[in-house]
Amino acid sequence: MQNPQLTNDGKLKHLLSIDGLPKSILNQILDTAESFVGVAEREVKKVPLLRGKTVCNLFFENSTRTRTTFEIAAKRLSADVITLNVSTSSQSKGETILDTIDNLTAMHADMFVVRHAQSGAAHMIAKHVAPHIHVINAGDGRHAHPTQGLLDVFTIRHYKPEMHNLRVAIVGDVLHSRVARSEIHALTTLGVPEIRVIAPKTLLPKDVEKLGVHVYHDMREGLKNVDVIMMLRLQNERMTSAMLPSSQEYFKTYGLTSEKLALAKPDAIVMHPGPMNRGVEIDSAVADGTQSVILPQVTYGIAVRMAVMSILAGN
Amino acid sequence: MKIHIKNGHLIDPKNGIDAKQDIYIAAGKIAGIGKSPEGFTANQTIDATNLVVIPGLVDLSARLREPGFEHKATLESEMQAAAAGGVTSLACPPDTDPVLDEPGLVEMLKHRAKQLNQAHVYPLGALTHQLAGIEITEMCELNEAGCVGFSQADIAIKDTQVLWRAMQYAATFGFTVWLRPEEPYLAKDGVAHDGEVAARLGLKGIPAAAETLAIASILRIAKETGANVHLCRLSTAEGVDMVRAAKKTGQKVTCDVSANHLHLTDFDIGYFDANVHLKPPARSQRDKTALSNGLADGTIDAICSDHTPVDDDAKLYPFAEAEAGATGLELLLPLTLKWADDNKLSLSDAVKHITQSPANILGIAAGDLSINASADICVFDAKQYWKIEPKALLSQGKNTPFLGMELAGKVRYTLVNGHVVHG
Repeated sequence: MQNPQLTNDGKLKHLLSIDGLPKSILNQILDTAESFVGVAEREVKKVPLLRGKTVCNLFFENSTRTRTTFEIAAKRLSADVITLNVSTSSQSKGETILDTIDNLTAMHADMFVVRHAQSGAAHMIAKHVAPHIHVINAGDGRHAHPTQGLLDVFTIRHYKPEMHNLRVAIVGDVLHSRVARSEIHALTTLGVPEIRVIAPKTLLPKDVEKLGVHVYHDMREGLKNVDVIMMLRLQNERMTSAMLPSSQEYFKTYGLTSEKLALAKPDAIVMHPGPMNRGVEIDSAVADGTQSVILPQVTYGIAVRMAVMSILAGN
Repeated sequence: MKIHIKNGHLIDPKNGIDAKQDIYIAAGKIAGIGKSPEGFTANQTIDATNLVVIPGLVDLSARLREPGFEHKATLESEMQAAAAGGVTSLACPPDTDPVLDEPGLVEMLKHRAKQLNQAHVYPLGALTHQLAGIEITEMCELNEAGCVGFSQADIAIKDTQVLWRAMQYAATFGFTVWLRPEEPYLAKDGVAHDGEVAARLGLKGIPAAAETLAIASILRIAKETGANVHLCRLSTAEGVDMVRAAKKTGQKVTCDVSANHLHLTDFDIGYFDANVHLKPPARSQRDKTALSNGLADGTIDAICSDHTPVDDDAKLYPFAEAEAGATGLELLLPLTLKWADDNKLSLSDAVKHITQSPANILGIAAGDLSINASADICVFDAKQYWKIEPKALLSQGKNTPFLGMELAGKVRYTLVNGHVVHG
């Protein structure tokens, strides 16, 4: 089966999922991102790589952070940017996703950044668009959020350059998390030797260990000697769907506190994709503490997204 | 009209025929096998040299989409597809719009089908009103109108007391209850087998236990009420084991598998191929092998097409939102032949599962080539490969997981009641 993300000569055509991407492409993105980190610190925060191109942010599902960082990234590359919150416009009038795409293509969009509540939406769009158009998945259902996965490994690489010698723990709602899936694929591809997932059985997909992770149900056990702790966001609706009894009990069993953090290596870093539920999955003392790299993640997110867009535009 | 089919390789599992024999048809019936009846002069001769002649296929599940879903398919288009697939008798599930829960609707469907003068159509009536799982239907009236059994299609009854009573009532009159075993709460919102692929793609899984739990309840209630049960579309290894065990204890139960599930696993979803969105979901390699073994050892009685034509637009959604189902009438024969070939089984073994066995389940006179039987016949080339692509299919539904594949087994002639409906 042909990888829908790659061109026939193996270059990145769309960014839909980390799953199936070779290590060389991940490194290319991370290295390119490195060169963009400095752009934000300049007086003129712009490079002309996407001048004359139109990037269309298509958000079928609400988002603030991802949408904003994609918008900033595109603008720093000098692209023209349109952002559409489709959930509040044409979809409610019954227009299908592909009709929306066709209309925007007719307006000469060059790149689509797509977020959708259904797994596989970005793949479907990529299959449908004209050959010169690039699609970036900004989150599809529970499936993938590749730029988040990339910015997370970018952050890890920044603080812990020896990737092949790390122990990483991902904590929380893996079942519903596209972020977790993308993080797992990014970490395994880059050769991180030990990835742990820590969650109650109700929040883990069946056969998750086949993705290359070790499963822990006891957070204290799972955090022992890890170098990186990646917390996941917990949605409130998990309490009403018989997956968890209460946020209080969740915090007690799987919330990250200073006391639990002390079980990890002393120089371990703490990450979170945001938005955080303080007091549910993470204690404020940890989120704002010295080991937290949660805000740098956001900053690097822009550089990583600039890297992805500029590489796609160049291919 | 008298027809002579000559030089064909005749396979009739019921009568134990697997040899080169001619077949003679007169007045819509089979008048002779092997030797010409006295004074027989054919109006038409079909040369079946190098072809296989078998009873017309009997399909236990083909959605014709009428009434209510004519934008997906019409009786005309699907009856042509049946003829092109060699299918001469088919059972259609009641999930039309309106639901087949009124005798008038059943009579109308039978009448429309009869006018087309192609495959024999055997409707399955709804077991409960509107398939809602609350009130039972007028089964006797529906039976008189032509329903050969009662089904819930893909909508499981949640209330076990209703299921119990529906089976009791059906058992009173000896009607067979057709149920696709799926525990509705465990399967809720699921779109793929709960396993590695669903985990990787972030699709909501349907655990194998959704099937086994339902089989356990259905078999138990059937035993208590004395109902005849036909289990539709088995998909799990454990499910096959449970039916095998039940049959061993002498419980009267039959079951089928869809031709799709003999060949597909969850890995065939690939990068979210909506054509592999099926009910039940394609499961693991282990399940696929168990289904195949179950069919070979007689635990599973029949193969059906589970023909579900879906319009192109309804598949152009992200996987979970795309409508489930695959077109199948024209693929039943080639997929069955491929199954037999993959498992080194004889043509006769394979043919039985799409002729004699399903006819027995339906309780209809079909699926064999006995003298005086209605001349429903399929003549095909077992060696001719053809490519599965939209333009090669007569069904209005062009959706199938096998698009692009080449399969062996091309139907050359289909006869219903002794007249040629395809070829």
